[in-house]
Amino acid sequence: MSASSVSPRTSQAWWAGPRDVLHAEWTKVRTVAGPGWLLIGAITLMAAVGAITANATGCTGRTCQIDPAKVSLTGIYLSQAIVAIVAVTSFSGEYSTGMIRLTLTAIPRRWQVLSAKAVVTGAASLAAGLIAVAASLLVGRLLLYGHGLTPAHGYEALSLGTTAVLRAAAGSVLYLVLIALLGLGVAAAVRDSAASIGIVLGLLYLFPIVTSFVGNHDWQRHMNQISPMTAGLYITATTNLRSLPLTPWQGLGVLAAWAAGALLAGGVLLRLRDA
Amino acid sequence: MSVLTPYRSEMSSHGDGFAQLLRAEWTKFRSVRGWVIGTVVGGLLIVGLGVLTSSNSVCSMAAASPHSPNPKPQACPAPATGPGGEWVSDSYYFVRQQLAGTGSLTARVTSLTGLYSNRGGIGNGRNPLAGMTPGVQPWSKAGIIIRASTTRGSAYAAMMVTGSHGVRMQWNFTHDRAGIAGKVSAKTPRWLRLARTGEVIRGYDSADGRHWTLVGTATLAGLRTNVQAGLFAASPGYTVTATSIGTASAVGGPTLATAAFDRLSLQGTWPAGRWIGQDIQGRTDNALPASVQGFNEDAGRFKVSGSGDIAPANSDAAGQASRTLGGAFAGLIAAVVIGVMFITAEYRRGMIRTTFTASPRRGRVLAAKAVVLAGVTFVASLIAAAITIPLGDHLLRGNGNPIFPLPTLTLLRIAVGTAALLAVAAVLALAVGTLLRRSAAAVTAVIAGIVLPYLLAVITGVLPVSAEEWLTRVTPAAAFAIQQGMPAYPQVEATYTPGTGYFPLAPWAGFAVLCAWAAAFLALAAIRLHRRDV
Repeated sequence: MSASSVSPRTSQAWWAGPRDVLHAEWTKVRTVAGPGWLLIGAITLMAAVGAITANATGCTGRTCQIDPAKVSLTGIYLSQAIVAIVAVTSFSGEYSTGMIRLTLTAIPRRWQVLSAKAVVTGAASLAAGLIAVAASLLVGRLLLYGHGLTPAHGYEALSLGTTAVLRAAAGSVLYLVLIALLGLGVAAAVRDSAASIGIVLGLLYLFPIVTSFVGNHDWQRHMNQISPMTAGLYITATTNLRSLPLTPWQGLGVLAAWAAGALLAGGVLLRLRDA
Repeated sequence: MSVLTPYRSEMSSHGDGFAQLLRAEWTKFRSVRGWVIGTVVGGLLIVGLGVLTSSNSVCSMAAASPHSPNPKPQACPAPATGPGGEWVSDSYYFVRQQLAGTGSLTARVTSLTGLYSNRGGIGNGRNPLAGMTPGVQPWSKAGIIIRASTTRGSAYAAMMVTGSHGVRMQWNFTHDRAGIAGKVSAKTPRWLRLARTGEVIRGYDSADGRHWTLVGTATLAGLRTNVQAGLFAASPGYTVTATSIGTASAVGGPTLATAAFDRLSLQGTWPAGRWIGQDIQGRTDNALPASVQGFNEDAGRFKVSGSGDIAPANSDAAGQASRTLGGAFAGLIAAVVIGVMFITAEYRRGMIRTTFTASPRRGRVLAAKAVVLAGVTFVASLIAAAITIPLGDHLLRGNGNPIFPLPTLTLLRIAVGTAALLAVAAVLALAVGTLLRRSAAAVTAVIAGIVLPYLLAVITGVLPVSAEEWLTRVTPAAAFAIQQGMPAYPQVEATYTPGTGYFPLAPWAGFAVLCAWAAAFLALAAIRLHRRDV
């Protein structure tokens, strides 16, 4: 560490600018088959799960408490896991092949590596998230109308024109980006891909499960407020917002805090440890 | 093992015995520090999260009023316990007199009507029936009953007409036999008879009072000579479950049933000679106040109005022993990660070439890995579960939570089943890891296959019930049925959905679904190992 941070100073001046670092990371993502296919899978699965859920949802009674946006976006529970794989492997993959030593020799400023990876992975998941969310809402709009969620039952067709639906849509895209950043931070800290993805999915899925085992409403409320997935997905709610322990944007803020914490921990460990 | 093998090639005679393979894999497992630590951490998470959730679970009675001046948690009343030790609701209106020794009781029921509130709850304090709608519940029941005593939870046998399940004979809460189908009315009255000899009570029904059919024979162990016998009416709570934003909320309330009886005839010794009306109910029963229940007798015609239910208590997931095993999911994720790494690490380090050079029969290597992995995971999680269940139980009781009295065999099934679930999930992870060779994708695939369906079907409530049941039937998450302690009773109207802790498959059948997934992927992995270069 100390040796590498001193010697290549001179060479940095002529090539390792931020744009070059970004370009290097983008080339890595672009030229490996995995990330592209995984993100296509995430889009497909998100729309497919949304379609299956919307298809199974129906409004038969006079009043039914269905949140059409939330139902259409159910696929996010699954697609976030795939986005997490992309993020985790973008870091841990370098450790398993030894590529990381080359990367850090070329770009000795380790924060720069992490930031570039964050930008590239974040942008990739942003793009995938935009398509996935748009596709899910479109599918939901088409299917839910046929299942009784009509204006006669008090439901407007899903449209990005409504503030709540726009918030759910934009928020879900941001949610996926934040999941990618969380995955990246954990992978930078843990390095092993299996352990990293286990920790990320554990953080996401275990909170709500463990919370359900606590028979105490106050506790459940507090646990939900700090749970990255539960709080983060409040952003997909468009009805009955009063019953939530946080507002949708506050909820997304909780996930952002987790992602920032993971990136910080990853960055610090990356700087302190040998590669 | 090696002695039983009829033919052994020269190559395998030194060093390819299955025992040696097992030993080799065990050595690999125990010498990787991360895996041993991971296994220990998985076990500690099971215990730790069990302690965390149990020690913070305070009975909902105290939690319902957090701003009460006395924040000290008060113990919640446990439901009454039936003769079989199970929780029961035992609340009805009883028109009774004593029967001494052998005898019988016959009556004709000519109508069964009811009242319920479709807005939920009950009317104002003055008149609980205000605003109620006429309508009988599917399991509203009225008929004749013989009971050991009027104590809640005491042994009984009863013949009854029901709202929409025809004539039934029920005894000791959990037993239920069907008699004549169809609704009761003045045109289609139902004749009911209970005949008692010692501890044995036979129930008969008839449509005309002349041709009788035996519906069931109940043996009430330890029934004394003097028993209470007579007419009863009860009507269980009405519930509508609404799901919104991840929480299922039930709207409903107690209901009332009124039945008309005539042609009463008594055989045997009935020393009192007159009828006494009594409302039986306890704090945990969902019943209307005694003021609106009652009976009247007019020239041999009886009208009896009652509220509540004589049935097993349909308690939700609360009170189950598996409630302390929330940490098993953390243990599961740890087991999956280790299961995947057990094979992918060999590829990553190139160790797999050494392994397959030493023992060229690749399927056997995979089998040895599976056995070692399953064994280690099973032992570690069984120890953790064996500590967590009694410890969590103790903590829950200390916080005033009533604990459902599960039979020892069921408790054993939950503990052993949970450990076996984790072990088989680890083997599934090993197989998926062998197929994909990529750790992150394999770990995600297995977690998305087991934990995510459980989360969606049981916890979040974002899915419709049909999707919840499909997920807990088809995906590896079906195996969590092994943790279900509370049986689902067909004679109790309740929301038996995965979201309320009732799985569509029987415990071991659900576990078999996971085993089938693991076996299928192991087979695929073995084929793939043979065909592919390392």
